[in-house]
Amino acid sequence: MGHAWRAVLCAFLIAAAGVGNGGSVAWAVQPDEVLSDPALEKRARGLSTGLRCLVCQNQSIDDSDAPLAKDLRVLVRERLVAGDTDKQVIDYVVARYGDFVLLKPPMNTHTMLLWLAPMLALLGALAVVVRGMRARPSVSEASAAPLSAQEKDALDRLLKPQVRDEPQA
Amino acid sequence: MIAEIGHFTLILALAVAIAQMAVPMWGAHVRDARLMAFGDSAAVTQFGLLIVSFLALTHAFVTSDFSVLNVVDNSHSEKPLIYRISGVWGNHEGSMLLWVLILGLFGSAVAVFGRNLPATLRANVLGVQASIAVAFLLFMLFTSNPFERVDPAPFDGRGLNPILQDPALAFHPPFLYAGYVGFSMAFSFAVAALIEGRIDAAWARWVRPWTLAAWMCLTLGIAMGSWWAYYELGWGGWWFWDPVENASFMPWLAGTALLHSALVMEKREALKVWTILLAILTFSLSLMGAFLVRSGVLTSVHAFAVDPDRGIVILSIMMFFTGGALALFAWRAGALRQGGLFAPISREGGLVLNNVLLSVSCATVLVGTLYPLALEGITGEKISVGPPFFNMTFIPLMLPLLFAMPFGPLLAWKRGDVRGVAQRLAFAAGFAVLFTIIVAAMTGPGPWLAPICAALGLFVLFGAVTDLLSRARFGDVSQAEFLRRVVSLPRSAYGTALAHAGIGIMVLGIVGTSAYQTEKIVALKPGERAEVAGYELLFQGIQPTKGPNYSEQIATFEVTRNGAPVTTLLPSKRLYNAPPQPTTEAGIYASWTGDLYVALGDEQPSGGVALRLYFHPLVRLIWIGAVIMFIGGAVSLSDRRLRVGAPQRARSRPSAVPAE
Repeated sequence: MGHAWRAVLCAFLIAAAGVGNGGSVAWAVQPDEVLSDPALEKRARGLSTGLRCLVCQNQSIDDSDAPLAKDLRVLVRERLVAGDTDKQVIDYVVARYGDFVLLKPPMNTHTMLLWLAPMLALLGALAVVVRGMRARPSVSEASAAPLSAQEKDALDRLLKPQVRDEPQA
Repeated sequence: MIAEIGHFTLILALAVAIAQMAVPMWGAHVRDARLMAFGDSAAVTQFGLLIVSFLALTHAFVTSDFSVLNVVDNSHSEKPLIYRISGVWGNHEGSMLLWVLILGLFGSAVAVFGRNLPATLRANVLGVQASIAVAFLLFMLFTSNPFERVDPAPFDGRGLNPILQDPALAFHPPFLYAGYVGFSMAFSFAVAALIEGRIDAAWARWVRPWTLAAWMCLTLGIAMGSWWAYYELGWGGWWFWDPVENASFMPWLAGTALLHSALVMEKREALKVWTILLAILTFSLSLMGAFLVRSGVLTSVHAFAVDPDRGIVILSIMMFFTGGALALFAWRAGALRQGGLFAPISREGGLVLNNVLLSVSCATVLVGTLYPLALEGITGEKISVGPPFFNMTFIPLMLPLLFAMPFGPLLAWKRGDVRGVAQRLAFAAGFAVLFTIIVAAMTGPGPWLAPICAALGLFVLFGAVTDLLSRARFGDVSQAEFLRRVVSLPRSAYGTALAHAGIGIMVLGIVGTSAYQTEKIVALKPGERAEVAGYELLFQGIQPTKGPNYSEQIATFEVTRNGAPVTTLLPSKRLYNAPPQPTTEAGIYASWTGDLYVALGDEQPSGGVALRLYFHPLVRLIWIGAVIMFIGGAVSLSDRRLRVGAPQRARSRPSAVPAE
């Protein structure tokens, strides 16, 4: 099935769990992984949704059925059961797999621009708007300006053909 | 033979498109009416040829002509008819054919319905439209010919990816494409306006309905994809901030901004330069979407078949049109005269705010989508930008937008009275807050943001109602007069109110399912029970059955609530024959308060079968909201004032004007 195209088609084919991993149906957390302590399990799920399945494409380990994702889920749960805080668990996973594993990239010199982008875009847009408003006279000052030379030309151009249509009496 | 006809008409379409690109534009340049008129017949001819070509490919798919390579790769004789047809666009080559077909459709629509456009504008628009067609036709004929033959022909095809064999997904691409390609109209009009160096309200009157139609299709297309993901993927997710989802979402955001800025331009002749820029950017984002998805440059699950060569060609096409149009913009935008003055607090001001927030959120999605790619290219460092980033940046931009939304339509043009509007919205706001408090008290604790978002959703919904009531002067006039006014409100007013109400409804669905869903993961043996959100499910066992081109394992659940029978759910797992691939079909019961959702997993080593049980509160409102937005667009489109061409009709056809 070698057609990249399919992709566009399914702008939403996150499906991929099934497709990308070549077989097994998308199925993330298995019943035997679930911790008996609901509070810990809830924390584990919360952490899992923020960790990327390294062999999948854009899936969290919580959504993925890849064996590696399962290993990571089990690892997260083991650390939690051992009494780690959420931060310790994340640090542990990042120490092993790098920042790539975080679906929310950490703030550092390389991601500064990413995190600041929305703010910069907003400030830029507001600056453009303010400039645009300033550049023009306010409503009260507005009055019917006389036609510019350019507009007169345009008017003449539009009227001319009609004159031509008239019999030149 | 029929495949060759298709191939041949495709080549003819290219020849016609090349002529259509050159002749009318030259005609507009030298003001030759006959050369300009050539564009009309060329556009219709080109569309006719593309129809023939498309039908030829459809014929090959329907009759399972396995001497055509594309059919071999993407179809199978056992496939039901509807999926043999949807298989036409369910692959790269066929989808490109659909793309140029829709492009031709829009081009010929200009030729047929655009009689009242100024002749030079029409000629230039058709020329630009044809240039896009030329690029894509060349791309198809040289790298992605759908009519390529294979000899010897195999006995059967390899089949269509089973996850695409689904009713929602069968029609997802045509709608998405109609949206993407529909924005080409705005692009062609923008470039034509830049070539001419003039632009007026007539321009906006023309562009707006087309943009609206494209936007409607894109809205529905995205919603269909989301709906499909919800029931097919097995965990009830409906949006994943996947790069390819973002690729379709960015044109939607930009297109929504364009709809609103074109409104300002039509009514008030303001924001001209910005509207032109936005029209260029919206289509460029559509092209970028095509590039991102097709090239597989993004590590996306969608790129399960990657073809870098084609990606590079599409990148070149995108760079040419975006770069060319932006260069033209930089050169000519100064020639466009701005009109329509307005105070900051006014309808125009509200629409500017709408544009600021929508374009900033679009930029945010763009940066988030491309940043990992750029960073890896520059430093080699790999990072992931996933849902947490988008939720943290996108939602704060949407909250003020939702808050401002009900104010916009109530503000007067030029100079608005924000206090007066706030008074009129007091009821809507009061109801929204009251309702939220009651529901929050009933549902118990959730994320702190959830009640705020829910209140905003309700405010938008009630605000849309307030808008209609206030237009009909509810309370100011007698009841009979009020009713008369309600009936005679312009359809565009209903369209606006519906579309805005749709957003409010969608927000409620998003809040409900994101903040309050319950989930349970269990392993059950036949005869065992599980409970979720007050529903009790009795697992009765699994039955194997056969479908037309798959075998299926169907599980049966008797659902009861407080002892009373509710429904029987039949979630299943399918294994398709060609290609052999499994899919899940969730069992879903829709109630007024939400969906009970059961997905079937694998057999467990301990015995029993893994199950995921969910209750997704209000989730359906997401798609109902999208459908209401679509309907709002359609109602607005049916407004006569929108359809009737430019008020400048007389000026645009000088010869028809009697000189007085």
